[in-house]
Amino acid sequence: MAETKAAPPALTRKDFISDQIVRWCPGCGDFAILAQTQKFLPTLNIPREKFVFISGIGCAARFPYYVDTYGFHSIHGRAPAIATGVKCANPDLSVWVVTGDGDSLSIGTNHLIHALRRNIGINILLFNNEVYGLTKGQTSPTSRMGTKTKSTPYGSIQEPMIPVSIALAAEATFVARTFDTNLDHLSEMLLRAARHKGTAFIEILQNCKVFNDGAFADITERSHREETTLTLSHGKPLVFGKEKNKGIRLRGYVPEIVEFEPGRAPPEILVHDEKHPDSSLAYLLSKLYTPKFPVPIGVFRDVERPTYEELMRQQIEAVKKSRPADLQALIAGAETWQVPAERDAEEGA
Amino acid sequence: MADTKPKPVETLESVTIRFAGDSGDGIQLSGTQFTTATAMSGNDLSTLPDFPAEIRAPAGTLPGVSSFQIHFSSKDILTPGDEPQVLIAMNPAALKAHVKDVVSGGILILNADTFTLQNLEKAGYKSNPLEDGSLADYRVIPVPLSTLTANTLEDTALKRTHIDRCKNFFALGIMYWLYDRPLEPTLDWIQKKFQKMPEISEANSKALHAGYAFGETTELFQSHYHVGKAPIKPGKYRKITGNEATAFGLIAAAHLSGRTLFYGSYPITPASDILHELAKHKNFGVKTFQAEDEIAAVGAAIGASFAGHIGVTGTSGPGVALKSEAIGLAVSTELPLIVLNIQRGGPSTGLPTKTEQADLLQAYGGRNGESPVAILAPATPSDCFHMTIEAVRIALKYMTPVVLLSDGYLANGAEPWKIPDVASLPPLPRLNASEPEGFFPFKRDPETLARLWALPGTPGLEHRIGGLEKADVTGNVSYEPENHERMVHLRAEKIQRIAREIPPTEILGPHQGKLLVVGWGSSYGAIASAVQNLQKQGLEVAAVHVRHLNPFPPDLGRILKNYEQILVPEMNLGQFLLLLRAHYLVPAVGLNKVKGQPFKVSEIENKILQMLGNKETSDGGNKSRAARANA
Repeated sequence: MAETKAAPPALTRKDFISDQIVRWCPGCGDFAILAQTQKFLPTLNIPREKFVFISGIGCAARFPYYVDTYGFHSIHGRAPAIATGVKCANPDLSVWVVTGDGDSLSIGTNHLIHALRRNIGINILLFNNEVYGLTKGQTSPTSRMGTKTKSTPYGSIQEPMIPVSIALAAEATFVARTFDTNLDHLSEMLLRAARHKGTAFIEILQNCKVFNDGAFADITERSHREETTLTLSHGKPLVFGKEKNKGIRLRGYVPEIVEFEPGRAPPEILVHDEKHPDSSLAYLLSKLYTPKFPVPIGVFRDVERPTYEELMRQQIEAVKKSRPADLQALIAGAETWQVPAERDAEEGA
Repeated sequence: MADTKPKPVETLESVTIRFAGDSGDGIQLSGTQFTTATAMSGNDLSTLPDFPAEIRAPAGTLPGVSSFQIHFSSKDILTPGDEPQVLIAMNPAALKAHVKDVVSGGILILNADTFTLQNLEKAGYKSNPLEDGSLADYRVIPVPLSTLTANTLEDTALKRTHIDRCKNFFALGIMYWLYDRPLEPTLDWIQKKFQKMPEISEANSKALHAGYAFGETTELFQSHYHVGKAPIKPGKYRKITGNEATAFGLIAAAHLSGRTLFYGSYPITPASDILHELAKHKNFGVKTFQAEDEIAAVGAAIGASFAGHIGVTGTSGPGVALKSEAIGLAVSTELPLIVLNIQRGGPSTGLPTKTEQADLLQAYGGRNGESPVAILAPATPSDCFHMTIEAVRIALKYMTPVVLLSDGYLANGAEPWKIPDVASLPPLPRLNASEPEGFFPFKRDPETLARLWALPGTPGLEHRIGGLEKADVTGNVSYEPENHERMVHLRAEKIQRIAREIPPTEILGPHQGKLLVVGWGSSYGAIASAVQNLQKQGLEVAAVHVRHLNPFPPDLGRILKNYEQILVPEMNLGQFLLLLRAHYLVPAVGLNKVKGQPFKVSEIENKILQMLGNKETSDGGNKSRAARANA
């Protein structure tokens, strides 16, 4: 980034580190996400005071205390609602919601869905660790079937939610997935989210060392990552594997894996189109999940739609132009009458 | 009509009329139109709309009956009247539901066309009340409204169903003639409302005129009535409902504070009208947000307030229950927040369209932890304007949530309002923090104990707030025992300091004596009327009306000690009573009503008389009413 003479000294990662001691468990995936965020924020060239980090309740929700910007650690599940109020009040702010799978997909699902369908200009980082950490280990809405936790000692009997599918069903305009140990990819997703106008939703697969250690090892371990993840890239065929020898194609409505000789991908391999106005293909990709399929990583969808705060502003401006704001006239209303001063004398009781 | 001899005019001081019919009969519309015409005639007035929770319950049945009562007078009045002298019933069900309230000897104007076997059965009548003598106590005036309306409009091209819908204007025309009201306001309204449907507009106007002419010519009415202008203070007036006044109060407060109003709300009866009203006025920069639920509504309001707007959420009791945790967050983060609770009958869904005052303790203590908020209650529909501004003033000045307790009766009831001069309203200044030097988010104003309001976007004031306990001054998360206790006390003390600014309590009547009636909220009119009536009879009784319910006015305790007995009428089982007894250790007694209906003046009069040892308590109220009628 080129500096102009008048500009204040460029911000660095240190400017975004607060004086509070970070109190996550040693080895928690949140540390990496926090560090990467603090590294990435200065690259946006946005003054520090314009950032607001808003969270609900959970381990992830402590995030705002550790970032030296404006922050609001609110109540369980409600961060998108509070962020909506902040963004409506001041569209100039860069508003970030930090949430978890319990916060956003159990108690606060309603707010998540409605923020997405409104396309309010906030960025939602959903740390998915498939467990309740702060309450010491219960099943979460993303815990996989059969997961044993303190609240499900014989295994979870509930089908998990797929955060990306929920976001796409809510007509989200930007939806991405990444994971805590892939720092470059995480950075790239954060940057794309920050540049997106409207609600940007990123699911970050994050390891909980204490209560769900290794929950994503089958997906994200470096040793087999290329086989178990599918990196999405706009306009590129959906190819994966160490040898780039596997792809996704459709049989009817059902995706399947096709193997081929490296470099000779058959033409029926699906080509990723994150810009498609219809979310059907993105939704279909969101259903690809371990163990049957590689887990897609990257941007599922990135389309433009007017933001809620912009439409709100436009309506207000339009009405302001057509009708003057005369408070006295407003409270008087259309039907008034005058009581003359001499009336007392005129009317005998 | 030119050859008809004008009928004699009798002058009355006060009249109470009730319109009743199916909720599809346009009853609320007729009532509102009659109210406007009455206001234009210069009477003082008060109204009580009453409608079912169902949008269209089965036609002709008792649950489907909607009503609208108006009390108007050439004198100063404060209530919509205890008992109507005239009932206009559009069908047998309306008659059945309301006839028991009509004064003996009162007038019943009935749509005779609807008294068919089928309708009588639907209303649960075994025989036709028009024929079986059961209405002998009343002056019954059967008018074939549907037939007359159809005859009037037989030349129009309208369908029969459309023609029949005009009958409420025919009935309204009769009432305008009977009470000497001007037709113009309603004719103007019809023209505006049906601008795009000229046939309907013309038919309604025709029906209104025809009803008026019918009154003049029919032999059913021997005379008509005049109610003179009331001795109201000179000035420009309008009629206003509580919900309108609340919405205007919010817009005015935003103007006075130089801040933007943000209203987050979720539809709920009887508060939705405030959202509708505010949504119209975007030219004032008002931001309205219909949220996905009650919690998002208050959450967005808190977010807007964090960013420097006036964050307001409006709802009724069930909605407040859902918002409780978020209100606690605003207490803990010390952000301004205005919570409008337009109370209705509870518990649970309760009586959505009926009035009650049973959410006082919910406002007072309905949150986890020590979580004090300021509580205000307007006394009349127009008072909602001033108390809403007061709520915003306190919220901004003290950085606190304020709960405003209106109710269904205030929300929908109307009264004449002397339009205030906006320029005379005091400004509501509240500075944003801007100085980074020595800034701490929980540094307090030594006078008010309010913390600094530092808006996101301000350079150098970056800080974090949240629902975890925070250290005094720095605002950093703190679990330290001494600090927690200090913060609990500070938040409580901050609310108590609001009392320093509460003006002296007005006492209606002697400053000491036998009995003091202490009221709050919408029961003001009935209490003040009862007390004034009894004072005229020489009884040593006074009244005070409390608008600030937390903290209480600082002089309230002293006032209570000056009377031998204290009576607290309220539409609950004694919530205000509990607080008064707890705060001041006074042997106050309650008069409690939970019928979904406001107090009648006579109910309060009777209780006062009983407490003062008057033996003739059972007809004491009637006596005083008779005395008033003859005055």
